[in-house]
Amino acid sequence: MDWYYIQGILILSGINLLAVLGLSLLTGFTGLFSFGHAGFMAVGAYTTAMMTVKLNMPFTLALLVGGLAAATVSLIIGKLTLNLKGDYFCIATLGFGEAIRLILDNVQYFGGARGWPGIPRETGLMNVVVWNVIAVIILVNLIKSRHGRNMQAIREEEMASQIIGINVFKYKMISLAISAAYAGVAGGMLAHYTGFLQPRMFQLIKSTELTIIVIFGGLGSISGSIIGAIVLTSLPEILRTFHQWRLVVYGASVIFIMITRPQGLMGGYEISITNIKKLISHISSLGREKTTVGGDNK
Amino acid sequence: MKKRVLFLLVSTLLILALLVTGCSPQQSEPADAPEEGEAAAEVINIGWIGSLTGDQAVWGNCEKNTVEMMFEEINENGGILGKQIRVIPYDTRGDAMEAVNAVRRLTSQDKVAAVIGPNASGQAIAISSVLEDMEVPGIATVATNPKVTVDDNGDVKPFNFRVCFIDPYQGAVAAGYAVDVLGFSKAAILYDVADDYSQGLTEFFEKTFVGKGGEIVAKEGFKFGDVDFRPQLSKIKEADPEVLFMPYFFKEVALSANQARELGIDAVLMGGDGWPSEVLLEMAEEAVEGSYFVNHLDFADPEVQDFKDAYTAKYNLPVELNGYLAYDAVKLLESAIIQAGSFDPVEIRDALKTANVKGITGQININPDTHNPEGKDAAIIKIIDGDYVFQQKYSAD
Repeated sequence: MDWYYIQGILILSGINLLAVLGLSLLTGFTGLFSFGHAGFMAVGAYTTAMMTVKLNMPFTLALLVGGLAAATVSLIIGKLTLNLKGDYFCIATLGFGEAIRLILDNVQYFGGARGWPGIPRETGLMNVVVWNVIAVIILVNLIKSRHGRNMQAIREEEMASQIIGINVFKYKMISLAISAAYAGVAGGMLAHYTGFLQPRMFQLIKSTELTIIVIFGGLGSISGSIIGAIVLTSLPEILRTFHQWRLVVYGASVIFIMITRPQGLMGGYEISITNIKKLISHISSLGREKTTVGGDNK
Repeated sequence: MKKRVLFLLVSTLLILALLVTGCSPQQSEPADAPEEGEAAAEVINIGWIGSLTGDQAVWGNCEKNTVEMMFEEINENGGILGKQIRVIPYDTRGDAMEAVNAVRRLTSQDKVAAVIGPNASGQAIAISSVLEDMEVPGIATVATNPKVTVDDNGDVKPFNFRVCFIDPYQGAVAAGYAVDVLGFSKAAILYDVADDYSQGLTEFFEKTFVGKGGEIVAKEGFKFGDVDFRPQLSKIKEADPEVLFMPYFFKEVALSANQARELGIDAVLMGGDGWPSEVLLEMAEEAVEGSYFVNHLDFADPEVQDFKDAYTAKYNLPVELNGYLAYDAVKLLESAIIQAGSFDPVEIRDALKTANVKGITGQININPDTHNPEGKDAAIIKIIDGDYVFQQKYSAD
């Protein structure tokens, strides 16, 4: 394996991971399904590219603006749909994702459907890793905080959390905005990795792919999302020698994992030092055939 | 709990197993490669990328078959410069990111001398940065967007080439033919708003048509996947055009042509190189009767028949348009390698810049300033009695 090639896969995994982390907060920890995250990525990507190309803004700042733009758009969608009960939000995001793509297809300022070449190539392995580390730290701390626990409460039982005084709507909005901001930054990195943007890159299939990664990795687990993003982004590349059967094998392996482990790879678990210690002590206690009940790692 | 741990272990094992089994063919390849390199030193890798899956799989598969068939033939005749060629085809499923990954792999791990493909402009533009990083030339087959070989500032990209004519040229040819030869002055356009190819052709058709004194009386859009074009066609009917330009692919062409005739539009239909397909004639033989389209070649040309017959005999499939251009890409590459006298990618690139080769779609003279084939005539085809009848070679000024 050549390093240049591996680097490419890692950068792409990192970009996907960033979007997946955001979606993980929304779907895994707040319990809202979104099929429009490719739309947020698109908003972030085009905004970031506009900042660097047309306004000559530094890359890092442009990424933040891109994230902010995606968050703002998400707040508008959220304001309109998050008050509704049931699956309306999911359907609204679905429509949003497609609408964004079709709008971009026709905005000639950004090149329309023919795409926008000539974006500076700023994304490298280094800044992808740095952004991901920052993103994970923020997310872990958020989830451990009171706000994160409120979001998890909403996921578990919306009615009950409302009764104990959690502002359900507010927390859903916060979760959505942060999630969209992550997707926006990921989109910006994608734009500056290929140096070329085309609305076709943000089709519904991209949103589905992100949701699959979150569910594959396990809902409510950041470690699961990380493993999922890396495994599922590199899997099609590893299978490249299978030619047209590649995606069949990919699909089959995802189905296989979901059948054998419906809660996803890490469903509800996290890889942390304390949990690893617990697991080791648990396995060794199993070995000694004692009937001690291991601590639930959840 | 015991069960959970077991599950966790089993699933980790499964993933590892997948990774290991998935990796194994690759790991063995690099292990083989140096052996071959030292012992025989005769096998040179050439990459091909394109859609083997997804909505463009028909064209991608045809290109891959053509490229493989041609190199087999070349190998049987002793190879190029005495060396055997191995084609490494990778799928992009029509996705720009996949194309980037595939080219990264081809250039770094498989160490190809050159890349043939892809067939879509979006992918061709996305891979140019990788080609420049690794200094390997790429020859696009049917990527007709001007920006594939030239960047935003009008500077030529050092490693991108193509064998087809570009969108502005095709749009201008269609408009020029409609005005100058057919004598039309009122045109309507129906186009796919979500498709880069369709947008490009529309833009340049309109420009040339208006520039030649014609008038665009209606311009309506639809979205890829639509099957009902009646609302747009009704508006077009009211505008009463003499010619209706339909720059999109054959499936939609067949549907919209049938509906246009149902609504009583009797304008002459015109299109681009997205038209030629057996499917079009099957689905809309009567509706497209008397229509014109711009093509890369004349299918009935005697020089084309050998390739067509060989391909059909080998794969039992009709040749799609992309096959002819893939054929030319291989011819161009072969002549450039012979001219360069080596398989060094940069030397091949230098040879490509001034390559001249007689291709199946016409004479290909690469212009070093644009990396496009210069002065390639387009073929105008008319559909008569359910057959593609060649009218004339036509070039826009």
